[in-house]
Amino acid sequence: MIDEKQVRHIAKLARIDLTDAEVKKFTKQLSGVFGYMEVLNELDTKNVKETSQVTGLSNIMEKDKVEKGLLTREELLQATELPIESNQIRVLPAIK
Amino acid sequence: MADLNELTIREAHEGLKKKKFSSEELTKSCLGRIKERNKDLNAFVLVDEKMSLLEAKEADKKIAKAKDFSVLCGVPAGIKDIFNTKGVKTTCCSPGLKNFVPPYDATVIGKLKDKGMVMVGKTNLDEFACGGSTEHSCFGPTKNPYDLTRVSGGSSGGSAAAVADNMCIYSLGTDTGGSIRQPASLCGVYGMKVTYGRVSRSGVTAMASSLDTIGNFGKSVEDIAIVLKEIAGKDRRDLTTPDKEVPDYLKFLDKDIKGKVIALPKEYFGEGVEKETAEIVKNAVKKLEDKGAKIMEVSLPTTKYAVAAYYIIMPAELSANLERYDGVRYGKKTNKSVEDLVDFYFKTREEFFGDEIKRRIMIGTYVLSAGYYDAYYKKAQKVRTLIIEDFNKVFEKADVIIAPTSPFPAFKIGEFLDDPLAMYMADALTIPASIAGLPALNCPCGMSKSGLPIGLQVIAPQFEEGRAITFASALAD
Repeated sequence: MIDEKQVRHIAKLARIDLTDAEVKKFTKQLSGVFGYMEVLNELDTKNVKETSQVTGLSNIMEKDKVEKGLLTREELLQATELPIESNQIRVLPAIK
Repeated sequence: MADLNELTIREAHEGLKKKKFSSEELTKSCLGRIKERNKDLNAFVLVDEKMSLLEAKEADKKIAKAKDFSVLCGVPAGIKDIFNTKGVKTTCCSPGLKNFVPPYDATVIGKLKDKGMVMVGKTNLDEFACGGSTEHSCFGPTKNPYDLTRVSGGSSGGSAAAVADNMCIYSLGTDTGGSIRQPASLCGVYGMKVTYGRVSRSGVTAMASSLDTIGNFGKSVEDIAIVLKEIAGKDRRDLTTPDKEVPDYLKFLDKDIKGKVIALPKEYFGEGVEKETAEIVKNAVKKLEDKGAKIMEVSLPTTKYAVAAYYIIMPAELSANLERYDGVRYGKKTNKSVEDLVDFYFKTREEFFGDEIKRRIMIGTYVLSAGYYDAYYKKAQKVRTLIIEDFNKVFEKADVIIAPTSPFPAFKIGEFLDDPLAMYMADALTIPASIAGLPALNCPCGMSKSGLPIGLQVIAPQFEEGRAITFASALAD
């Protein structure tokens, strides 16, 4: 089972601010979800390999050649709401 | 003749070819229907009439000049609002992307534009395709065309309702754990979930990368085959698409199913599945038996573990994919005063995501965190292997598997909203094929006594979409 302290810790790892009311709600709901996942322990998976993809494809190689990119620098800069300062640079808060 | 907006792709194409009507008239007919019905249904979150009519006129020019033109030229489509459309808002129905305008087209959008598609609008979904009812959309839920107090299913609920209500001729959606099949079932239309890797996902916002697929909704099996043929195939911008020939899916229509074997997995007709739903599906299967198919009852014993495995794997991948929404690269940023960059991330992400997304990011972050990775994520990946082996065994003996798509018809709006686990169980019958990467086609197969559509899914081995189309067309005529 999962408690409020753990929920706060997960939210911190996920970089999401939660209100106290949200912490309470998520603690209850996530406890239910993780409780349900216990059902997997009924299965013996000791000698089973993991599946991480189903295509069987790996290492798709291509010739190394220069191509025009899909987007221009200006188009990329339009995708965010950060303020533009001189010379087309987006400005972020400082890292402390 | 039926109103133009009620036509199938084939019928629309024949009409355009014989000059019975223009693409502009056809498009206006769909836009008229949207105007009349969208305030009730909320299937479309963006409609730009001017743009659509411009595209229709372009198509009409092509049609006037060409002797032979694409079957999709001039035919109006609805596009799930998670496909990037150049210059047209693509919100993923997320508070954080409400004003996001992508600078390029998704690969499949580009392909359809080349064929002369007319886009009549962007359709509603659960935020970032996470949900089974579209109730988690920041634009509010899409209502079911058969009963406005009920959900349309999800996450591609808008695309399903739009086709069911004749607001467009066909539509596109995405299916990670059932997001095409389940709404198709609840709205009574055809919906194709393809083999993982069959259709490029480039330019479609990622949810869970080892599960995500692109597919289509249609009013007929033939329409499903027509669009699939155009969107399938290798794309170097999505390296999960193998270099595998795309067959002419139309050739799989109306093929003989005599002597073919249909497997009915008993787990899909038992506990948790409404009796009426199970009976309607079994009756439909009888029709295929009358046409000479052999019916075989089988067991897929790991079925009951699929939901638990899925709700570990999917949120894990989702939480990683949504890390990119930090206020720096795309969409919304917080306007609150912040102490530093990390505080900026926290406050931005709090405002960016809705409830369900926060919930899933939390689940995903937890199962990937130190000390829990083996117990949850690795375990789920092993269970994934067992589920795949179950399917492989059945396909050694059977050509297809047929089962109900949803355990019950459309539920009431709000019914499961505060109980995420109950909502997750609504995907119990669609998740296993997703986990195994298999194609599955939802076919409408009857109505409940209360007047709601019931659907069945034809599940086929990897890259055997054509086989699902054969059985669906046998069921339809």
